[in-house]
Amino acid sequence: MIQKILEVKNLNVFLDNEKILDNISFTLNQGEILIILGPNGAGKSVLLKTILGILPYNGQVIWANKFKISYLPQGLNQLFFKNLPITVKDFFNLKNKKFKEDEIINVLKLVGLDKDILNKSIGNLSTGQFQRILIAWSLIDNPEVIFFDEPTTGIDIGGGETIYSLLYKIKQDKNLTIVLVTHDLNIVYGLADKVLCLGKKGHICFGPPAKALTPQALEAMFGMELKFYKH
Amino acid sequence: MNNQLVLSLISGVFISGIAAYLGTLMLSRKMSVIAEPVAHLALPGAALAIIYGFDLFLGVFPFTILGALIIWLLERKTKLPIENLAAILFASSIGVALLILPIEEAEEALVGNILNISFYETIFVILISLIIFGIVFKIYNKTLLLNVSEDLAVVSEININFYNFLYLLSIALTVSIGVYLVGGLITAALIAIPAAISKNLNKSLIQYKLFSIFFGTIITIFGILLGQKFNLQPGPLIVICGAFIFLISIIFKKSN
Repeated sequence: MIQKILEVKNLNVFLDNEKILDNISFTLNQGEILIILGPNGAGKSVLLKTILGILPYNGQVIWANKFKISYLPQGLNQLFFKNLPITVKDFFNLKNKKFKEDEIINVLKLVGLDKDILNKSIGNLSTGQFQRILIAWSLIDNPEVIFFDEPTTGIDIGGGETIYSLLYKIKQDKNLTIVLVTHDLNIVYGLADKVLCLGKKGHICFGPPAKALTPQALEAMFGMELKFYKH
Repeated sequence: MNNQLVLSLISGVFISGIAAYLGTLMLSRKMSVIAEPVAHLALPGAALAIIYGFDLFLGVFPFTILGALIIWLLERKTKLPIENLAAILFASSIGVALLILPIEEAEEALVGNILNISFYETIFVILISLIIFGIVFKIYNKTLLLNVSEDLAVVSEININFYNFLYLLSIALTVSIGVYLVGGLITAALIAIPAAISKNLNKSLIQYKLFSIFFGTIITIFGILLGQKFNLQPGPLIVICGAFIFLISIIFKKSN
C-alpha cells in the first residue's frame, strides 16, 4: 500500500518581500525518489529549506508522522576542511549522537569506502571520496527520509558510478525516501519516481517524469536553455 | 621555588591552557581576530581597576562581556562578516582606551602582572578557567558543525544564537583572565599562537586540541621563568616564546 508521508499544499514563501515560491502543492510517498527540478533561481533550495522548517511560509506542510530526516545542504564543500585538522572519524563525531567505530565502518562500506579512510584528513580526500563521505554521514543515523540539495552534478565518483546511481542503490537497500534537488534534466528519467518542476514564474508540473515533463513544461522551465538540451 | 612563583605558574598554566583550548575553536571558525578588539576593550576596565584599587577581573569583565555582546548583536543585526565587525570594534576600543587610560599607571593593564598575582586571584583564575572549559567543551562540536553549515546545524536542532552567545561569553571570560597574564594589549596571542602551532603539526581534532594546550602552557611556563630570572615582564616573553615556536612549527608543517 502506498503510504503518504508528506503533503505540501498551497505553499507560498516570501523572502525580503519578494515572492520566491508561488502556490506549490505536491505529495511525497514512502520509498519514492522525488526530484525537484528547475533552473537556477527557481527557488529549489528555498523549497527544501521550507519543508525542513528552516524558513517561514504560508500554506500547509503536513508530515504524516515524525520521521527521522537527514539533510545535506547545498555547497557543503571540502574547502572548509582544508583549513582544519579533522579526520573522517572526527567528522562523524560532530553529529549530535556518538557512534561506535563499527557503526561508522558499516556505513562507510555501504558507500563503497574502506575503513582505512577513518583516520585520513578530510581535506586530503578526493572529491569523489568526499561525496561518498557526505552520503555516509547523512546515512549513519538510519534516516527514513533524505533531503539532498544539488550534490555536485553528475560527478563521477569512481568505479563508473555516479553519485545518483549510488543513491539509487542505497535507496533500494534501505527503503529510503529521497528528495533530490537538481537543475540537471539528464538524471530525472532514470532516477525519479516523481518530479516537481519549478520555473522562474512558479510551479509548472508535478508527477511521474514521463507524464509531467511535457514539451510545454520543459519550455516553460528552461526557456532558451531547452534548445541546448534538444540539439 | 618561592610561593609567589608557584602561584604565578599555576595561574599562568590555567589561563594559557584554557586560552589555547578556546583558541583551537576560534581558529577553526577563523575568528581568532575578534579576541583582539575584545582584549583592547579590557584596557579601560583594567585602568579603572588600577586607579580605584579593586580587582583586575572585576574591572575588566564588564568591558569584555560588553564587547562580546556588541559583536553578537551587530553580527545578528547587520549580517556583516565577523572580521569586518572586529576591525570596527578594534579601532573603537583602542580609541576609548587612549582617551581614558592613564598611561603612567597602565603597564599592568597593557602587559599583565602575573608575577604579583595573589592567592585569592589564583583561586579565582582556576575557578573561571574551569567554567570556561565546561562551556567550550559543551559547545565545541556543535560550533564546528555550525561552521560547516548553518542549515545543517538548524536541522540538527542546534540553537545557533544560544551557541554563539556561549561562545562569545567564553571569549570574554578568557580575555578577562588573560589580562592577568599578558595584559590587554597582547591577550589575543595566547588564543591565536598555540592553536596555530598545533594546527601546523596535526591532522586529527583530538591531537590538535591537546597539542595546542601543551604549547600554550609550555610557552607560559618559559615566559614566567625567564621573566623571573632576568627581571623582565613575563607577558611579552610568553608571546615571543610562542611566536618563536610557531616559526619552528612551520618547518614541520603537515600538509592536511
